[in-house]
Amino acid sequence: MAAPPQVQGRAPAPALPTGRGIELLLLAFAAVIVTGALVIVEANQEQELTTTLLWLGLAYLGLFAAAHFAVRRWAPYADPLILPSVALLNGLGLVMIHRLDLADAARAAQLGNDAPGSLVLRQVAWTAIGLVLFVVVLWRVSDHRMLSRFGYTAGFAGLILLALPGILPSSISEVNGAKLWIRFGGVGIQPGEFAKILLIIFFSAFLVQKRELFSTAGRRFLGLEFPRARDLAPLVVAWGLSVGVLVFERDLGTSLLFFGILLVLLYAATERVSWMIVGLLFFVGGAVLAYNLFGHVRVRVQIWLDPFSDFQGGGYQLGQALFGLGTGGVGGTGLGAGRPDLVPFAESDFIWSSLGEELGLIGLAAILLVYLVLITRGLRSALAVRDSFGKLLATGLSYVMALQLFVVIGGVTKLIPLTGLTLPFLSYGGSSLVANYALVALLLRVSNAARAPLPQRPSVPQTPIAQAATELVQRPDLSSGESRGAQS
Amino acid sequence: MNNPVRKIAVSVMVMILLLFANLTYVQVVKADDYRNDPRNQRTAYAEYSRQRGQITADGKVLAQSVATDDRMRFLRQYPGGPAFASVTGYLSLSFGRTGIEGAADSVLNGTDDRLFVRRLSDLITGRDPRGGNVSLTIMPTVQQVAYNQLTQKGYAGSVVALDPKTGAILAMVSTPSFDPNPLASHNDKTVQDAWNSDNAAKPQVLLNRAISVPQPPGSTFKIVDTAAALQNGSTPDTVLPADPEITLNDGVTTLENYAHTPCGTGATTTLRDAFARSCNTAFADLVTSVGIDKLRTQADAFGIGQSDLKIPMTVAPSTIGNITTVTALQQSAIGQLDVKLTPLQNAMITAAVANGGQLMAPYLIKEIQGPELDTVDTTEPDRIGSAVPAGVAATLTDLMIGSENRTQGGGKISGVQIASKTGTAELGSKDIPPHAWYVAFAPADKPVVAIAVLVENGGDRGLEATGGSVAAPIGRAVIAEALKAGR
Repeated sequence: MAAPPQVQGRAPAPALPTGRGIELLLLAFAAVIVTGALVIVEANQEQELTTTLLWLGLAYLGLFAAAHFAVRRWAPYADPLILPSVALLNGLGLVMIHRLDLADAARAAQLGNDAPGSLVLRQVAWTAIGLVLFVVVLWRVSDHRMLSRFGYTAGFAGLILLALPGILPSSISEVNGAKLWIRFGGVGIQPGEFAKILLIIFFSAFLVQKRELFSTAGRRFLGLEFPRARDLAPLVVAWGLSVGVLVFERDLGTSLLFFGILLVLLYAATERVSWMIVGLLFFVGGAVLAYNLFGHVRVRVQIWLDPFSDFQGGGYQLGQALFGLGTGGVGGTGLGAGRPDLVPFAESDFIWSSLGEELGLIGLAAILLVYLVLITRGLRSALAVRDSFGKLLATGLSYVMALQLFVVIGGVTKLIPLTGLTLPFLSYGGSSLVANYALVALLLRVSNAARAPLPQRPSVPQTPIAQAATELVQRPDLSSGESRGAQS
Repeated sequence: MNNPVRKIAVSVMVMILLLFANLTYVQVVKADDYRNDPRNQRTAYAEYSRQRGQITADGKVLAQSVATDDRMRFLRQYPGGPAFASVTGYLSLSFGRTGIEGAADSVLNGTDDRLFVRRLSDLITGRDPRGGNVSLTIMPTVQQVAYNQLTQKGYAGSVVALDPKTGAILAMVSTPSFDPNPLASHNDKTVQDAWNSDNAAKPQVLLNRAISVPQPPGSTFKIVDTAAALQNGSTPDTVLPADPEITLNDGVTTLENYAHTPCGTGATTTLRDAFARSCNTAFADLVTSVGIDKLRTQADAFGIGQSDLKIPMTVAPSTIGNITTVTALQQSAIGQLDVKLTPLQNAMITAAVANGGQLMAPYLIKEIQGPELDTVDTTEPDRIGSAVPAGVAATLTDLMIGSENRTQGGGKISGVQIASKTGTAELGSKDIPPHAWYVAFAPADKPVVAIAVLVENGGDRGLEATGGSVAAPIGRAVIAEALKAGR
């Protein structure tokens, strides 16, 4: 992951490859894989080639072609691997949700009930909305640095969004015990998913401004420079925020996510490991506290330790997920040939076990690699971009996906206690999908800045030296003072 | 700040490696445990999509899997319905499997070791794996007659018919019965409704009365008393008291004959007459001379108390109870107190007498066949042991002929001599209609079928019921059908 050669201070380089052709090619490749997956599902489920199927394939192609042209138009130098990775993950998620729709319909037919509403059509609609937001973000946010001006605004908005479900009455905000929702009529959104991005913008802007403070003052202890107690304020605030989420919204995953992200941004901004150590101590303290104070946390830990001791009760979901994964084994049962629908919430929180049952370890490893490509491409943009705010922003946006991946997959596979988050782009869920598209748009914006050639200096007229005027060295049109970190 | 970003990237890779390592553990190392866990229904669902073998009896299909166009692929059907349910059992996705469906499951689903070679050839030829077939010893017409006999008057009860020479079970009926078809349905609501109504039914329908519920045998147990006495020096002419009522050994408890009648006209009677008339007082006296130990030895020799009997369904062990006093022995002699036999056990005792004293192990599976109906394994009759010497068996047969000839009730078959014993078992109080029993074999001189009939709680006669009036006609009809069918 070496940073690309810095082009600063050199003569204008020949036109850089934009990578847009590769992107289109990879998108087509993703379309082939997704369509193939859909055909296998249909074959294994002994379905006819329905018009719905055609509709789904066309919707997929159309949506991502549109996204591609938006990138071509507004972020021509953006990383070419990010969008195809997202498209592939989203497409596989749609196929799996469609496959679970078929299982639900078959089940309803068996029970003599009416067929339930199609989740996949809703998810396609959410994908479309997500891609619209994606295009809007690419179009309106022409330079990611302008976001740093709205740091505090973003932070304030993020806090409100995060706190809102906790304040609202449970009838509006509570689904399955977690108060994370705002529901109107049939549509529900999880504002926390959007708060995630807003708070990353805030933390990045804030830390860029104050990083001198956090990285210089301190005292040495055991060979490490530790921050002064009074500088711990932001950490304490973030910790309080996480605990607040845990207490008022009863959601372990979101709580964990926010704390982890701030910790990593703090570390990236200050380059001091001591922040991590202090943060981890806070985390351990918080975890012990939560375990002792909250019954639902203790229940989660019990289920994690032995899901099968209470198989008919709380351990059923995780137990069924493990049965599914085990039954899938190395090669999987084949798409459409397993019984992933036996796991409750197979299409949202537990889509990983659904994929694991039917695609096996091989399929899951491939999907993990796609995620790895997406995340490392984001981090690579962080390395390559020249401004500190961009670096922190791209790091935060990439890492939040990584952390979410770890928390969700770790939870479903009994590596860590189950928390109840969705997998970015794979899981069923509108808010998560739409918010993650905004996230990816920002990531593409940063990567565009990282890969675009420097603004061309105006060509210097070849005038005799005697008549030469004083040369103006153009300073990039920056409005706030973040050019400071450009050389780090 | 590129340095920390690189380290963060490394931490991301570590997280993904951790996830991968854990996935490998779950999907490779622990995979078999998870796959084969009994709580994992996925295996059962997969099994449903294979063609399960047939259960047949004498060419009649009792259970078969037919292809459907729904996703479960094969629907289990029971053409015999309730009449054969006590044999076939049921196969249900939600509620397990019973009867032959449960006991011969590995053959029917094709995983039995004896089908290994067929499985291998299916694998090589790429054919969908199929289950093996089970061919039963049941004679469908005999089973049907027995079922009709019990159900036409709405009796709760059981009939078991054995081939005394081999132990082959020719009929095994339990009523009221249930229809296994809805329980095997692919429609969950149908299954649930059937399950609910089957479980709510009174008397219970999912119970196999032939093998699962030992009941007091009443006077049919006098066969065992007599077998023990004949080996203890008694003869049919041994003199026994004929009082209508006696006081038992403890000086308190009284015991009386049926309807409080004396045993014949004289002051004393003989064993032959007491057996034919089923006199309780005489048998109380008879077993006192035999003693507890010899009676228990005789009961054991007839297979009572055997706890590991499988036909292949597990048979509930019968018992004579924990007899410690002479009074208890005298009460046990007439098949009361703690003596409890399953109808199958009572049929085994009768069959042993019919078979010259040799007790054969009862069995239902005649042969196991491959998917192409080729024979894979045939059950060889298995002798459990000698219950009584041949001479004693002959004397018992003689006494049972005497009993049959004194027994009323309809259905006597002209030209065929039956040897039998009736029983009317009280259930603790004279206000509860008694169980009516009839055990018999025929023809007496060359037995080909032995039966036990139990009609619970007096059938349609209430408190007036006796083995002779309620159970005997059913037994004779079953015997007649068995003889007609070439037994």
